[in-house]
Amino acid sequence: MSRPAPQTPPPIGLLAELTHRCPLACPYCSNPLALDSRADELGATVWARVFAEAAELGVLQVHLSGGEPASRRDLPEIVGYCAKSGLYSNLITSGIGLSEALVEALAARGLDHVQLSIQNAEEASADRIASYRGAHAKKRQVARWVTATGMPLTINAVIHRANARRATAIVEFAVELGARRVEIAHAQYYGWAMLNRAALMPTREEADEARAAVEAMRDRLAGTIVIDHVAPDYHALTPKPCIGGWGRKTLNVTPSGKVLPCHAAETIPGLEFWSVVDHSLADIWFNAPAFNAFRGFDWMAEPCRSCDRREIDYGGCRCQALALLGDARATDPVCHLSPRHDLVAAIAGADSAPAVAPAYRYRAHAKI
Amino acid sequence: MSAGEDIAATARPSLPRGVRLKRDQARGGFVLLAPERVVRADPIAAAVLERCDGQKTLAEIIDDLCATYRGERNRIEADVRRLLAELSAKKMVAL
Repeated sequence: MSRPAPQTPPPIGLLAELTHRCPLACPYCSNPLALDSRADELGATVWARVFAEAAELGVLQVHLSGGEPASRRDLPEIVGYCAKSGLYSNLITSGIGLSEALVEALAARGLDHVQLSIQNAEEASADRIASYRGAHAKKRQVARWVTATGMPLTINAVIHRANARRATAIVEFAVELGARRVEIAHAQYYGWAMLNRAALMPTREEADEARAAVEAMRDRLAGTIVIDHVAPDYHALTPKPCIGGWGRKTLNVTPSGKVLPCHAAETIPGLEFWSVVDHSLADIWFNAPAFNAFRGFDWMAEPCRSCDRREIDYGGCRCQALALLGDARATDPVCHLSPRHDLVAAIAGADSAPAVAPAYRYRAHAKI
Repeated sequence: MSAGEDIAATARPSLPRGVRLKRDQARGGFVLLAPERVVRADPIAAAVLERCDGQKTLAEIIDDLCATYRGERNRIEADVRRLLAELSAKKMVAL
């Protein structure tokens, strides 16, 4: 193994995509359009090695995600390995596939936290968005099982055209479900969400109102619930510091073991990704070409290169620059300093203009 | 009123399930791990949080810290109350 670049700090978080399988088909799903198949999924003992290497490397928190992690029957075993390595474990779930006994088993294996997604505050709309009848009712049950174990519960809701006007009700619903924390995340357009962008994009007024409504609840609910808010990208003036900077804080392991700086990184052509099957996690973090592609500031063009915000937002999101401008090195056009910033507003305006949104294109595994 | 002044001396603070104080081997020092949060705990915060076991009362924790660190009681008490108030608002300490 070659010597790690001394200026690269170790990662803090690891997103473990245990499977791409999922009973839901949310139109804003961030999974790639080409989903890994079940046959290619890493086994539990490989995950055990990845977690041990992650802890050794300096990772503190692991996010067990997917797809739906409960689609894997060996989930308790995987959680057990995570806890054994001393990592803080977070289960990111739709709730579908969990039973009361399984929730108790996960708690007993040392799971630290559960993040449960909801699609809306009302059942009919929520089930339509998830493309799964009964999903909403099931989530109510799962929330009860989780809080009964004493594990902290986070409710996560993605905000888009169909529920933007219900943002207040969604936060109130999270309180009702006993959540300690709620994450209100405006849709980010990658993977299946990009395919559905025209169906998901709220108008500027809807996005602004939803944002203000949630901010207004912060004070009112202080001490009751912690509110985390992910702003609507296409209606912003400054870009998000995507994943806290490329290869700075987190890494993503796909179901088949490929290690990515972020979940959309594979959309960028020409990057070389390494797999946990062939390399140790430390070797990948410090030496894989994909991780070093956008580290530091040398890759930046103007206006980022000399910008005093470059250490705040790192030029924004590389995948978004690629998706919208065809150039992963360009300034994220969400930034008002980008020469192409007008494009973002034009897309948001055009996508949200029709009175009736186009139908969702629901995700599915390719039939092989 | 300064932060945390209203916490009863008989309160028995604890870290709720899902919140853990951990030694950070890779970077040194201590971190407080919570849902989607990693908070660096300075040596004073770590000393306080190590004692938040749900058994000791706030008064006992302050006594213990005074004995261990030989500091001025008023100042230690103010520091402890401020820290507990701040973390309790973030749901990272149960009172």
